[in-house]
Amino acid sequence: MSPEPATAMSPALATPARPPRKPMPLQLKAGLAITGTILLLGLLAPWIAPHPWDTISMRTRFLAPNATYWFGTDEYGRDVLSRLLMGARLSIGMGVAATLVSLAIGVPMGLAAGYFRGWIDEALMRLADVLMAIPPIMLGLLVLAVTPPALWKTAVAVGFVYIPPIARLARSVTLTLASEDFIQAAKARAESTSYILFREILPNAWPPLIVEASLRVTYAILLGSALSFLGLGAQPPSSDWGLMISEARSFLDRAPWIALAPGFAMCLLVIGINLLGDGARERLDPRLKARLGKA
Amino acid sequence: MAAFITRRLVFVVLVLVAVSMLVFGVTTLLPANVAHLILGAFATPEQVRALELKLGLTDPVWQQYLRWAGGFLTGDLGESTLMNRPVGPMLLEAIQRSLMLTGLSFILIAIIGVGLGIAAALRHRRPLDHGVSVATYLGIAVPEFFWAIVVIIVFAAWLGWLPASGYEPISAGVWEWAKHLIAPTMTLVFGHLAHVSRLTRSSMIEVMQSPYITAARAKGLPERVIVLHHALRNALLPTITVLALDFGRLMGGIVVIETVFAYPGLGRLVVFSIQNRDLPTLQAAILVVAAIYALANLLADLL
Repeated sequence: MSPEPATAMSPALATPARPPRKPMPLQLKAGLAITGTILLLGLLAPWIAPHPWDTISMRTRFLAPNATYWFGTDEYGRDVLSRLLMGARLSIGMGVAATLVSLAIGVPMGLAAGYFRGWIDEALMRLADVLMAIPPIMLGLLVLAVTPPALWKTAVAVGFVYIPPIARLARSVTLTLASEDFIQAAKARAESTSYILFREILPNAWPPLIVEASLRVTYAILLGSALSFLGLGAQPPSSDWGLMISEARSFLDRAPWIALAPGFAMCLLVIGINLLGDGARERLDPRLKARLGKA
Repeated sequence: MAAFITRRLVFVVLVLVAVSMLVFGVTTLLPANVAHLILGAFATPEQVRALELKLGLTDPVWQQYLRWAGGFLTGDLGESTLMNRPVGPMLLEAIQRSLMLTGLSFILIAIIGVGLGIAAALRHRRPLDHGVSVATYLGIAVPEFFWAIVVIIVFAAWLGWLPASGYEPISAGVWEWAKHLIAPTMTLVFGHLAHVSRLTRSSMIEVMQSPYITAARAKGLPERVIVLHHALRNALLPTITVLALDFGRLMGGIVVIETVFAYPGLGRLVVFSIQNRDLPTLQAAILVVAAIYALANLLADLL
Protein backbone atom coordinates (compact mmCIF):
# COMPACT_ATOMS: atom_id res chain seq x y z
CA MET A 1 0.00 0.00 0.00
CA SER A 2 1.36 3.41 -0.80
CA PRO A 3 1.86 5.78 2.11
CA GLU A 4 -0.18 8.54 0.39
CA PRO A 5 -3.69 7.67 1.59
CA ALA A 6 -2.39 6.82 5.02
CA THR A 7 -0.98 10.28 5.56
CA ALA A 8 -4.12 11.81 4.20
CA MET A 9 -6.15 9.87 6.67
CA SER A 10 -3.82 10.16 9.59
CA PRO A 11 -5.07 13.45 11.04
CA ALA A 12 -8.46 11.90 11.55
CA LEU A 13 -6.93 8.69 12.90
CA ALA A 14 -4.43 10.42 15.13
CA THR A 15 -7.19 12.24 16.91
CA PRO A 16 -9.77 9.61 17.77
CA ALA A 17 -12.47 10.55 20.22
CA ARG A 18 -9.88 11.72 22.67
CA PRO A 19 -11.54 13.50 25.56
CA PRO A 20 -10.22 16.94 26.38
CA ARG A 21 -7.57 16.79 29.08
CA LYS A 22 -9.31 17.06 32.42
CA PRO A 23 -8.12 19.84 34.69
CA MET A 24 -6.00 18.77 37.63
CA PRO A 25 -8.19 17.72 40.53
CA LEU A 26 -8.30 20.28 43.32
CA GLN A 27 -6.95 17.71 45.76
CA LEU A 28 -3.84 17.21 43.69
CA LYS A 29 -3.28 20.96 43.37
CA ALA A 30 -3.71 21.57 47.09
CA GLY A 31 -1.52 18.59 47.93
CA LEU A 32 1.22 19.75 45.57
CA ALA A 33 1.08 23.27 46.97
CA ILE A 34 1.26 22.20 50.63
CA THR A 35 3.86 19.48 50.21
CA GLY A 36 5.93 21.56 47.82
CA THR A 37 6.01 24.53 50.16
CA ILE A 38 7.08 22.45 53.15
CA LEU A 39 9.68 20.63 51.07
CA LEU A 40 11.07 23.90 49.73
CA LEU A 41 11.16 25.49 53.19
CA GLY A 42 12.93 22.43 54.54
CA LEU A 43 15.50 22.41 51.75
CA LEU A 44 16.21 26.11 52.12
CA ALA A 45 16.18 25.93 55.92
CA PRO A 46 19.88 26.64 56.54
CA TRP A 47 19.57 29.89 54.54
CA ILE A 48 16.13 31.13 55.51
CA ALA A 49 16.04 30.14 59.19
CA PRO A 50 15.90 33.46 61.06
CA HIS A 51 18.02 32.21 63.98
CA PRO A 52 20.52 29.40 64.62
CA TRP A 53 18.53 26.26 65.42
CA ASP A 54 20.82 24.81 68.09
CA THR A 55 22.31 27.75 69.93
CA ILE A 56 21.37 27.68 73.59
CA SER A 57 20.67 31.07 75.12
CA MET A 58 19.39 31.31 78.67
CA ARG A 59 18.22 34.90 78.26
CA THR A 60 15.61 33.98 75.66
CA ARG A 61 13.99 30.96 77.35
CA PHE A 62 10.24 30.38 77.04
CA LEU A 63 9.47 33.50 75.03
CA ALA A 64 5.93 33.48 73.67
CA PRO A 65 5.59 34.00 69.92
CA ASN A 66 6.55 37.59 69.06
CA ALA A 67 7.96 39.73 66.23
CA THR A 68 11.53 38.42 66.63
CA TYR A 69 10.68 34.80 67.41
CA TRP A 70 7.57 34.13 65.34
CA PHE A 71 6.82 30.79 66.96
CA GLY A 72 8.43 31.57 70.32
CA THR A 73 11.43 29.93 71.94
CA ASP A 74 11.90 26.67 73.82
CA GLU A 75 13.32 25.68 77.19
CA TYR A 76 16.88 26.31 76.00
CA GLY A 77 16.02 29.63 74.41
CA ARG A 78 16.24 28.22 70.87
CA ASP A 79 14.05 29.65 68.14
CA VAL A 80 11.14 27.25 67.52
CA LEU A 81 10.62 28.37 63.91
CA SER A 82 14.24 27.74 62.97
CA ARG A 83 14.15 24.32 64.60
CA LEU A 84 10.92 23.57 62.82
CA LEU A 85 12.44 24.41 59.43
CA MET A 86 15.51 22.29 60.07
CA GLY A 87 13.28 19.49 61.35
CA ALA A 88 11.28 19.43 58.12
CA ARG A 89 14.23 17.85 56.34
CA LEU A 90 14.60 15.24 59.03
CA SER A 91 10.94 14.21 59.07
CA ILE A 92 10.53 14.16 55.29
CA GLY A 93 13.92 12.56 54.77
CA MET A 94 13.13 9.85 57.30
CA GLY A 95 9.76 9.15 55.69
CA VAL A 96 11.19 8.98 52.19
CA ALA A 97 14.16 6.86 53.26
CA ALA A 98 11.88 4.44 55.09
CA THR A 99 9.63 4.13 52.04
CA LEU A 100 12.65 3.48 49.83
CA VAL A 101 13.66 0.68 52.19
CA SER A 102 10.20 -0.90 51.93
CA LEU A 103 10.25 -0.52 48.14
CA ALA A 104 13.75 -1.96 47.83
CA ILE A 105 12.76 -5.11 49.72
CA GLY A 106 9.02 -5.31 49.10
CA VAL A 107 8.99 -4.86 45.31
CA PRO A 108 11.43 -7.72 44.50
CA MET A 109 9.53 -9.87 47.01
CA GLY A 110 6.22 -9.14 45.33
CA LEU A 111 7.62 -9.59 41.82
CA ALA A 112 9.07 -12.97 42.74
CA ALA A 113 5.92 -14.11 44.54
CA GLY A 114 3.60 -13.05 41.74
CA TYR A 115 5.74 -14.34 38.87
CA PHE A 116 7.01 -17.69 40.19
CA ARG A 117 3.84 -18.56 42.17
CA GLY A 118 3.93 -21.92 43.93
CA TRP A 119 6.01 -22.39 47.04
CA ILE A 120 8.00 -19.17 46.56
CA ASP A 121 4.75 -17.21 46.59
CA GLU A 122 3.50 -19.16 49.58
CA ALA A 123 6.72 -18.69 51.57
CA LEU A 124 7.09 -14.97 50.84
CA MET A 125 3.48 -14.13 51.54
CA ARG A 126 3.41 -16.09 54.79
CA LEU A 127 6.53 -14.17 55.80
CA ALA A 128 4.59 -10.98 55.10
CA ASP A 129 1.73 -12.33 57.22
CA VAL A 130 4.09 -12.82 60.14
CA LEU A 131 5.34 -9.23 59.85
CA MET A 132 1.75 -8.02 59.70
CA ALA A 133 0.79 -10.00 62.78
CA ILE A 134 2.45 -7.45 65.02
CA PRO A 135 1.05 -3.90 65.27
CA PRO A 136 3.38 -1.62 63.26
CA ILE A 137 4.52 0.44 66.21
CA MET A 138 5.33 -2.68 68.24
CA LEU A 139 7.31 -4.14 65.36
CA GLY A 140 9.23 -0.88 65.09
CA LEU A 141 9.87 -0.89 68.83
CA LEU A 142 11.03 -4.50 68.66
CA VAL A 143 13.53 -3.78 65.90
CA LEU A 144 14.82 -0.72 67.73
CA ALA A 145 14.81 -2.25 71.18
CA VAL A 146 18.28 -3.69 71.25
CA THR A 147 20.35 -1.01 69.54
CA PRO A 148 21.10 2.51 70.69
CA PRO A 149 18.58 4.80 68.98
CA ALA A 150 19.44 6.90 65.94
CA LEU A 151 17.26 8.45 63.26
CA TRP A 152 18.61 6.30 60.42
CA LYS A 153 17.85 3.17 62.39
CA THR A 154 14.30 4.42 62.86
CA ALA A 155 14.02 4.88 59.10
CA VAL A 156 15.21 1.31 58.49
CA ALA A 157 12.86 -0.07 61.15
CA VAL A 158 9.89 1.84 59.73
CA GLY A 159 10.81 0.71 56.24
CA PHE A 160 10.84 -2.86 57.49
CA VAL A 161 7.42 -2.49 59.05
CA TYR A 162 5.84 -1.41 55.76
CA ILE A 163 7.33 -4.14 53.56
CA PRO A 164 4.19 -6.34 53.58
CA PRO A 165 1.71 -3.91 51.98
CA ILE A 166 4.21 -2.99 49.26
CA ALA A 167 5.04 -6.66 48.62
CA ARG A 168 1.36 -7.56 48.42
CA LEU A 169 0.59 -4.80 45.96
CA ALA A 170 3.61 -5.66 43.81
CA ARG A 171 2.49 -9.29 43.86
CA SER A 172 -1.06 -8.56 42.76
CA VAL A 173 0.09 -6.23 39.98
CA THR A 174 2.57 -8.88 38.82
CA LEU A 175 -0.12 -11.56 38.84
CA THR A 176 -2.23 -9.45 36.49
CA LEU A 177 0.67 -8.51 34.23
CA ALA A 178 2.11 -12.03 34.02
CA SER A 179 -0.85 -13.26 32.00
CA GLU A 180 -0.64 -10.38 29.50
CA ASP A 181 0.37 -11.04 25.91
CA PHE A 182 3.60 -9.08 26.00
CA ILE A 183 4.91 -11.24 28.83
CA GLN A 184 3.96 -14.38 26.91
CA ALA A 185 5.80 -12.88 23.96
CA ALA A 186 8.89 -12.23 26.06
CA LYS A 187 8.77 -15.79 27.33
CA ALA A 188 8.45 -17.05 23.75
CA ARG A 189 11.53 -15.01 22.85
CA ALA A 190 13.27 -16.92 25.66
CA GLU A 191 14.18 -13.73 27.47
CA SER A 192 15.92 -14.28 30.78
CA THR A 193 13.74 -14.28 33.89
CA SER A 194 15.45 -11.23 35.34
CA TYR A 195 14.87 -9.39 32.05
CA ILE A 196 11.16 -10.22 32.15
CA LEU A 197 10.86 -9.28 35.81
CA PHE A 198 12.78 -6.03 35.79
CA ARG A 199 12.48 -4.82 32.20
CA GLU A 200 9.00 -5.99 31.25
CA ILE A 201 6.93 -6.28 34.41
CA LEU A 202 8.49 -3.69 36.70
CA PRO A 203 8.10 -0.65 34.38
CA ASN A 204 4.42 -1.49 33.98
CA ALA A 205 3.95 -2.05 37.69
CA TRP A 206 5.38 1.35 38.67
CA PRO A 207 2.31 3.62 38.51
CA PRO A 208 0.24 1.88 41.23
CA LEU A 209 3.40 1.27 43.25
CA ILE A 210 4.36 4.94 43.13
CA VAL A 211 0.94 6.04 44.31
CA GLU A 212 1.00 3.48 47.11
CA ALA A 213 4.52 4.55 48.04
CA SER A 214 3.56 8.21 48.21
CA LEU A 215 0.79 7.34 50.64
CA ARG A 216 3.20 5.12 52.55
CA VAL A 217 5.44 8.14 53.10
CA THR A 218 2.81 9.65 55.38
CA TYR A 219 2.46 6.42 57.34
CA ALA A 220 6.23 6.31 57.61
CA ILE A 221 6.42 9.91 58.81
CA LEU A 222 3.71 9.29 61.40
CA LEU A 223 5.25 6.05 62.65
CA GLY A 224 8.78 7.43 62.61
CA SER A 225 7.77 10.53 64.54
CA ALA A 226 5.88 8.36 67.03
CA LEU A 227 9.04 6.33 67.55
CA SER A 228 11.10 9.51 67.92
CA PHE A 229 8.44 10.70 70.34
CA LEU A 230 8.97 7.54 72.40
CA GLY A 231 12.71 8.23 72.47
CA LEU A 232 13.66 5.57 69.91
CA GLY A 233 14.46 7.84 67.00
CA ALA A 234 16.33 11.09 66.66
CA GLN A 235 18.25 12.08 69.77
CA PRO A 236 18.69 15.55 71.31
CA PRO A 237 19.63 18.17 70.29
CA SER A 238 18.11 17.11 66.97
CA SER A 239 15.03 19.07 65.93
CA ASP A 240 13.06 16.11 64.58
CA TRP A 241 9.39 17.04 64.99
CA GLY A 242 8.45 13.95 67.01
CA LEU A 243 11.34 14.59 69.36
CA MET A 244 10.49 18.30 69.63
CA ILE A 245 6.96 17.45 70.72
CA SER A 246 8.24 14.86 73.15
CA GLU A 247 10.66 17.30 74.75
CA ALA A 248 7.99 19.98 74.99
CA ARG A 249 5.72 17.73 77.04
CA SER A 250 7.08 18.98 80.35
CA PHE A 251 6.14 22.56 79.51
CA LEU A 252 2.62 22.17 78.17
CA ASP A 253 1.11 24.40 80.84
CA ARG A 254 3.56 27.31 80.58
CA ALA A 255 4.76 27.13 76.96
CA PRO A 256 2.30 25.17 74.80
CA TRP A 257 3.65 26.72 71.58
CA ILE A 258 6.79 24.57 71.76
CA ALA A 259 4.65 21.46 71.27
CA LEU A 260 1.92 22.97 69.09
CA ALA A 261 4.22 24.36 66.38
CA PRO A 262 5.80 21.03 65.35
CA GLY A 263 2.43 19.33 65.85
CA PHE A 264 0.64 21.61 63.42
CA ALA A 265 3.55 21.41 61.01
CA MET A 266 3.28 17.64 61.00
CA CYS A 267 -0.50 17.73 60.48
CA LEU A 268 -0.05 20.04 57.53
CA LEU A 269 2.63 17.84 55.98
CA VAL A 270 0.62 14.65 56.41
CA ILE A 271 -2.54 16.25 55.03
CA GLY A 272 -0.55 17.60 52.10
CA ILE A 273 0.94 14.23 51.19
CA ASN A 274 -2.43 12.50 51.67
CA LEU A 275 -4.10 14.94 49.28
CA LEU A 276 -1.28 14.39 46.82
CA GLY A 277 -1.62 10.63 47.02
CA ASP A 278 -5.44 10.64 46.83
CA GLY A 279 -5.37 13.04 43.90
CA ALA A 280 -2.78 10.99 42.05
CA ARG A 281 -4.68 7.79 42.68
CA GLU A 282 -7.91 9.30 41.43
CA ARG A 283 -6.14 10.36 38.29
CA LEU A 284 -4.32 7.10 37.65
CA ASP A 285 -7.00 4.60 38.61
CA PRO A 286 -10.07 4.98 36.38
CA ARG A 287 -11.83 2.10 38.11
CA LEU A 288 -11.73 3.92 41.42
CA LYS A 289 -12.82 7.11 39.75
CA ALA A 290 -15.88 5.42 38.30
CA ARG A 291 -16.71 4.08 41.74
CA LEU A 292 -16.30 7.47 43.35
CA GLY A 293 -18.39 9.08 40.68
CA LYS A 294 -21.21 6.71 41.48
CA ALA A 295 -21.14 7.36 45.20
CA MET B 1 -17.73 -22.94 57.80
CA ALA B 2 -16.33 -25.01 60.68
CA ALA B 3 -13.53 -26.27 58.45
CA PHE B 4 -12.78 -22.71 57.40
CA ILE B 5 -12.63 -21.50 60.99
CA THR B 6 -10.39 -24.41 61.99
CA ARG B 7 -8.06 -23.72 59.11
CA ARG B 8 -7.87 -20.04 59.99
CA LEU B 9 -7.28 -20.85 63.65
CA VAL B 10 -4.45 -23.23 62.78
CA PHE B 11 -3.01 -20.49 60.61
CA VAL B 12 -3.22 -17.96 63.43
CA VAL B 13 -1.43 -20.38 65.75
CA LEU B 14 1.29 -20.94 63.16
CA VAL B 15 1.70 -17.20 62.66
CA LEU B 16 1.97 -16.72 66.40
CA VAL B 17 4.64 -19.41 66.63
CA ALA B 18 6.53 -17.60 63.88
CA VAL B 19 6.02 -14.29 65.68
CA SER B 20 7.36 -15.81 68.89
CA MET B 21 10.47 -16.93 67.00
CA LEU B 22 10.81 -13.48 65.51
CA VAL B 23 10.41 -11.78 68.87
CA PHE B 24 12.83 -14.16 70.52
CA GLY B 25 15.26 -14.06 67.64
CA VAL B 26 15.41 -10.29 67.41
CA THR B 27 15.92 -9.86 71.11
CA THR B 28 18.58 -12.55 71.50
CA LEU B 29 20.39 -12.77 68.18
CA LEU B 30 21.16 -9.10 67.72
CA PRO B 31 24.82 -8.35 68.29
CA ALA B 32 24.25 -7.03 71.76
CA ASN B 33 25.20 -8.88 74.90
CA VAL B 34 22.09 -9.03 77.03
CA ALA B 35 24.01 -9.54 80.22
CA HIS B 36 26.08 -6.47 79.36
CA LEU B 37 22.96 -4.48 78.65
CA ILE B 38 21.47 -5.39 81.99
CA LEU B 39 24.60 -4.79 84.04
CA GLY B 40 25.70 -1.61 82.27
CA ALA B 41 29.01 -0.61 80.80
CA PHE B 42 31.05 -0.97 83.97
CA ALA B 43 30.36 -4.64 84.75
CA THR B 44 33.33 -6.90 85.35
CA PRO B 45 33.71 -9.96 83.10
CA GLU B 46 32.96 -12.22 86.11
CA GLN B 47 29.68 -10.49 86.77
CA VAL B 48 28.70 -10.81 83.12
CA ARG B 49 29.67 -14.47 83.14
CA ALA B 50 27.62 -15.16 86.28
CA LEU B 51 24.54 -13.45 84.87
CA GLU B 52 24.91 -15.27 81.57
CA LEU B 53 24.88 -18.56 83.45
CA LYS B 54 21.89 -17.48 85.52
CA LEU B 55 19.93 -16.53 82.41
CA GLY B 56 21.07 -19.61 80.50
CA LEU B 57 22.61 -17.44 77.80
CA THR B 58 25.45 -19.89 77.22
CA ASP B 59 23.09 -22.59 75.91
CA PRO B 60 22.44 -22.94 72.18
CA VAL B 61 19.82 -20.49 70.94
CA TRP B 62 17.24 -23.13 70.03
CA GLN B 63 17.40 -24.51 73.56
CA GLN B 64 16.86 -21.06 74.96
CA TYR B 65 13.91 -20.59 72.63
CA LEU B 66 12.31 -23.92 73.52
CA ARG B 67 12.75 -23.22 77.21
CA TRP B 68 11.18 -19.80 76.80
CA ALA B 69 8.31 -20.99 74.59
CA GLY B 70 7.68 -24.00 76.83
CA GLY B 71 7.52 -21.74 79.84
CA PHE B 72 5.13 -19.49 77.98
CA LEU B 73 2.73 -22.34 77.27
CA THR B 74 2.74 -23.48 80.90
CA GLY B 75 2.06 -19.96 82.11
CA ASP B 76 5.59 -19.22 83.27
CA LEU B 77 6.55 -16.06 81.43
CA GLY B 78 9.91 -15.74 83.08
CA GLU B 79 11.09 -13.13 85.51
CA SER B 80 11.43 -9.44 84.86
CA THR B 81 15.13 -8.64 84.96
CA LEU B 82 14.40 -5.14 86.18
CA MET B 83 11.70 -5.63 88.78
CA ASN B 84 12.87 -9.08 89.90
CA ARG B 85 9.31 -10.38 89.93
CA PRO B 86 7.48 -12.80 87.63
CA VAL B 87 6.33 -11.26 84.36
CA GLY B 88 2.98 -13.10 84.36
CA PRO B 89 1.04 -11.23 87.07
CA MET B 90 2.57 -7.90 86.05
CA LEU B 91 1.46 -8.49 82.47
CA LEU B 92 -2.02 -9.57 83.52
CA GLU B 93 -2.57 -6.35 85.46
CA ALA B 94 -1.38 -4.31 82.50
CA ILE B 95 -3.62 -6.24 80.10
CA GLN B 96 -6.67 -5.63 82.26
CA ARG B 97 -6.04 -1.89 82.36
CA SER B 98 -5.36 -1.75 78.63
CA LEU B 99 -8.47 -3.74 77.79
CA MET B 100 -10.51 -1.35 79.92
CA LEU B 101 -9.13 1.58 77.94
CA THR B 102 -9.39 -0.03 74.51
CA GLY B 103 -12.76 -1.64 75.24
CA LEU B 104 -14.29 1.67 76.23
CA SER B 105 -12.75 3.42 73.22
CA PHE B 106 -13.93 0.63 70.96
CA ILE B 107 -17.56 0.93 72.07
CA LEU B 108 -17.47 4.70 71.60
CA ILE B 109 -15.82 4.37 68.18
CA ALA B 110 -18.54 1.96 67.09
CA ILE B 111 -21.43 4.14 68.28
CA ILE B 112 -20.09 7.54 67.24
CA GLY B 113 -18.50 6.28 64.02
CA VAL B 114 -21.64 4.58 62.75
CA GLY B 115 -23.78 7.52 63.85
CA LEU B 116 -21.60 10.05 62.03
CA GLY B 117 -21.47 7.79 58.98
CA ILE B 118 -25.25 7.57 58.76
CA ALA B 119 -25.70 11.27 59.33
CA ALA B 120 -23.18 12.10 56.61
CA ALA B 121 -24.77 9.65 54.18
CA LEU B 122 -28.24 11.07 54.68
CA ARG B 123 -26.91 14.60 54.12
CA HIS B 124 -24.81 13.47 51.17
CA ARG B 125 -22.86 16.38 49.64
CA ARG B 126 -24.35 18.87 52.04
CA PRO B 127 -22.51 20.88 54.72
CA LEU B 128 -22.88 18.23 57.43
CA ASP B 129 -21.39 15.59 55.14
CA HIS B 130 -18.40 17.80 54.33
CA GLY B 131 -17.97 18.70 57.99
CA VAL B 132 -17.81 15.05 58.99
CA SER B 133 -15.39 14.33 56.15
CA VAL B 134 -13.02 17.09 57.17
CA ALA B 135 -13.18 16.19 60.87
CA THR B 136 -12.48 12.52 60.29
CA TYR B 137 -9.75 13.37 57.78
CA LEU B 138 -8.04 15.35 60.52
CA GLY B 139 -8.43 12.41 62.85
CA ILE B 140 -6.49 10.20 60.44
CA ALA B 141 -3.89 12.75 59.38
CA VAL B 142 -2.87 13.95 62.79
CA PRO B 143 -0.51 11.83 64.84
CA GLU B 144 -2.06 10.40 67.98
CA PHE B 145 0.54 11.89 70.25
CA PHE B 146 -0.32 15.32 68.95
CA TRP B 147 -4.01 14.87 69.80
CA ALA B 148 -2.94 13.67 73.20
CA ILE B 149 -0.96 16.86 73.69
CA VAL B 150 -3.81 19.06 72.49
CA VAL B 151 -6.16 17.28 74.92
CA ILE B 152 -3.70 17.82 77.77
CA ILE B 153 -3.22 21.51 76.90
CA VAL B 154 -6.95 22.18 76.64
CA PHE B 155 -8.45 20.00 79.37
CA ALA B 156 -5.62 19.81 81.89
CA ALA B 157 -3.52 22.94 81.45
CA TRP B 158 -6.17 25.51 80.46
CA LEU B 159 -9.47 24.29 81.80
CA GLY B 160 -8.08 22.19 84.61
CA TRP B 161 -10.97 19.71 84.34
CA LEU B 162 -8.97 16.54 83.93
CA PRO B 163 -5.70 15.25 85.33
CA ALA B 164 -2.89 15.38 82.76
CA SER B 165 -1.82 11.81 83.39
CA GLY B 166 -1.90 8.82 85.66
CA TYR B 167 -4.31 6.10 86.65
CA GLU B 168 -6.48 5.42 89.69
CA PRO B 169 -8.03 2.03 90.44
CA ILE B 170 -11.79 1.96 90.71
CA SER B 171 -11.42 1.34 94.43
CA ALA B 172 -10.24 4.96 94.76
CA GLY B 173 -13.74 6.10 93.76
CA VAL B 174 -15.63 5.92 90.49
CA TRP B 175 -15.11 9.57 89.61
CA GLU B 176 -11.38 9.44 90.31
CA TRP B 177 -11.16 6.34 88.14
CA ALA B 178 -13.26 7.78 85.33
CA LYS B 179 -11.44 11.11 85.36
CA HIS B 180 -8.17 9.42 84.46
CA LEU B 181 -9.80 7.44 81.68
CA ILE B 182 -11.53 10.29 79.86
CA ALA B 183 -8.52 11.99 78.27
CA PRO B 184 -6.82 8.86 76.86
CA THR B 185 -10.17 7.49 75.66
CA MET B 186 -11.04 10.75 73.95
CA THR B 187 -7.69 10.73 72.14
CA LEU B 188 -7.99 7.13 71.01
CA VAL B 189 -11.59 7.58 69.83
CA PHE B 190 -10.85 10.64 67.75
CA GLY B 191 -7.85 9.04 66.12
CA HIS B 192 -9.82 5.97 65.04
CA LEU B 193 -13.24 7.34 64.11
CA ALA B 194 -12.42 7.97 60.49
CA HIS B 195 -12.30 4.41 59.19
CA VAL B 196 -15.65 3.46 60.65
CA SER B 197 -17.51 6.63 59.77
CA ARG B 198 -16.15 6.79 56.21
CA LEU B 199 -16.99 3.19 55.47
CA THR B 200 -20.46 3.45 57.01
CA ARG B 201 -21.06 6.57 54.96
CA SER B 202 -20.05 5.08 51.63
CA SER B 203 -21.87 1.77 52.10
CA MET B 204 -24.92 3.63 53.38
CA ILE B 205 -24.94 5.84 50.28
CA GLU B 206 -24.68 2.77 48.09
CA VAL B 207 -27.43 0.89 49.89
CA MET B 208 -29.78 3.88 49.89
CA GLN B 209 -29.68 3.86 46.08
CA SER B 210 -30.58 0.18 45.75
CA PRO B 211 -34.00 -0.85 44.41
CA TYR B 212 -35.27 -2.40 47.61
CA ILE B 213 -34.99 0.94 49.36
CA THR B 214 -36.98 2.56 46.56
CA ALA B 215 -39.52 -0.23 47.01
CA ALA B 216 -39.69 0.45 50.74
CA ARG B 217 -40.24 4.14 50.01
CA ALA B 218 -42.95 3.25 47.51
CA LYS B 219 -44.69 1.25 50.20
CA GLY B 220 -44.87 4.49 52.13
CA LEU B 221 -42.70 3.42 55.03
CA PRO B 222 -41.45 6.27 57.17
CA GLU B 223 -37.87 7.32 56.32
CA ARG B 224 -36.76 6.51 59.87
CA VAL B 225 -37.81 2.88 59.53
CA ILE B 226 -36.22 2.62 56.10
CA VAL B 227 -32.89 3.95 57.33
CA LEU B 228 -32.65 2.11 60.62
CA HIS B 229 -34.30 -1.20 59.78
CA HIS B 230 -33.82 -1.72 56.07
CA ALA B 231 -30.71 0.15 54.99
CA LEU B 232 -28.54 0.00 58.08
CA ARG B 233 -28.64 -3.80 58.33
CA ASN B 234 -26.97 -4.24 55.00
CA ALA B 235 -24.78 -1.18 55.23
CA LEU B 236 -23.27 -2.31 58.52
CA LEU B 237 -21.71 -5.50 57.18
CA PRO B 238 -18.47 -3.97 55.92
CA THR B 239 -18.39 -1.67 58.94
CA ILE B 240 -18.33 -4.61 61.33
CA THR B 241 -15.27 -6.03 59.59
CA VAL B 242 -13.49 -2.70 59.88
CA LEU B 243 -14.47 -2.45 63.53
CA ALA B 244 -12.75 -5.75 64.25
CA LEU B 245 -9.65 -4.50 62.43
CA ASP B 246 -9.84 -1.29 64.42
CA PHE B 247 -9.64 -3.23 67.64
CA GLY B 248 -6.31 -4.55 66.46
CA ARG B 249 -5.23 -1.03 65.56
CA LEU B 250 -6.18 0.19 69.01
CA MET B 251 -3.72 -2.32 70.47
CA GLY B 252 -1.00 -0.48 68.55
CA GLY B 253 -2.40 2.94 69.43
CA ILE B 254 -2.14 2.34 73.16
CA VAL B 255 1.65 2.40 73.01
CA VAL B 256 1.80 6.12 72.42
CA ILE B 257 -1.36 7.07 74.30
CA GLU B 258 -0.43 5.17 77.45
CA THR B 259 3.03 6.68 77.38
CA VAL B 260 1.74 10.23 77.04
CA PHE B 261 -0.88 9.85 79.73
CA ALA B 262 1.35 7.70 81.97
CA TYR B 263 -1.37 5.06 81.96
CA PRO B 264 0.11 1.83 83.34
CA GLY B 265 -1.11 -0.60 80.69
CA LEU B 266 0.38 -2.95 78.14
CA GLY B 267 1.70 -0.24 75.81
CA ARG B 268 3.54 1.58 78.55
CA LEU B 269 4.93 -1.74 79.78
CA VAL B 270 6.44 -2.34 76.34
CA VAL B 271 8.06 1.09 76.20
CA PHE B 272 9.18 0.80 79.80
CA SER B 273 10.76 -2.61 79.24
CA ILE B 274 12.59 -1.32 76.18
CA GLN B 275 13.94 1.70 78.02
CA ASN B 276 15.16 -0.54 80.82
CA ARG B 277 16.36 -3.45 78.67
CA ASP B 278 13.93 -5.78 80.42
CA LEU B 279 13.88 -8.45 77.72
CA PRO B 280 11.66 -11.13 79.34
CA THR B 281 8.94 -8.53 79.90
CA LEU B 282 9.35 -7.12 76.40
CA GLN B 283 9.15 -10.55 74.73
CA ALA B 284 6.06 -11.58 76.68
CA ALA B 285 4.28 -8.25 76.20
CA ILE B 286 4.84 -8.13 72.46
CA LEU B 287 3.74 -11.73 72.04
CA VAL B 288 0.54 -11.03 73.97
CA VAL B 289 -0.17 -7.96 71.87
CA ALA B 290 0.47 -9.95 68.69
CA ALA B 291 -1.94 -12.62 69.91
CA ILE B 292 -4.72 -10.08 70.57
CA TYR B 293 -4.01 -8.37 67.24
CA ALA B 294 -4.08 -11.69 65.36
CA LEU B 295 -7.34 -12.73 67.00
CA ALA B 296 -8.94 -9.39 66.16
CA ASN B 297 -7.86 -9.82 62.53
CA LEU B 298 -9.19 -13.38 62.51
CA LEU B 299 -12.50 -12.09 63.82
CA ALA B 300 -12.52 -9.50 61.03
CA ASP B 301 -12.02 -12.31 58.52
CA LEU B 302 -14.84 -14.39 59.94
CA LEU B 303 -17.40 -11.60 60.19
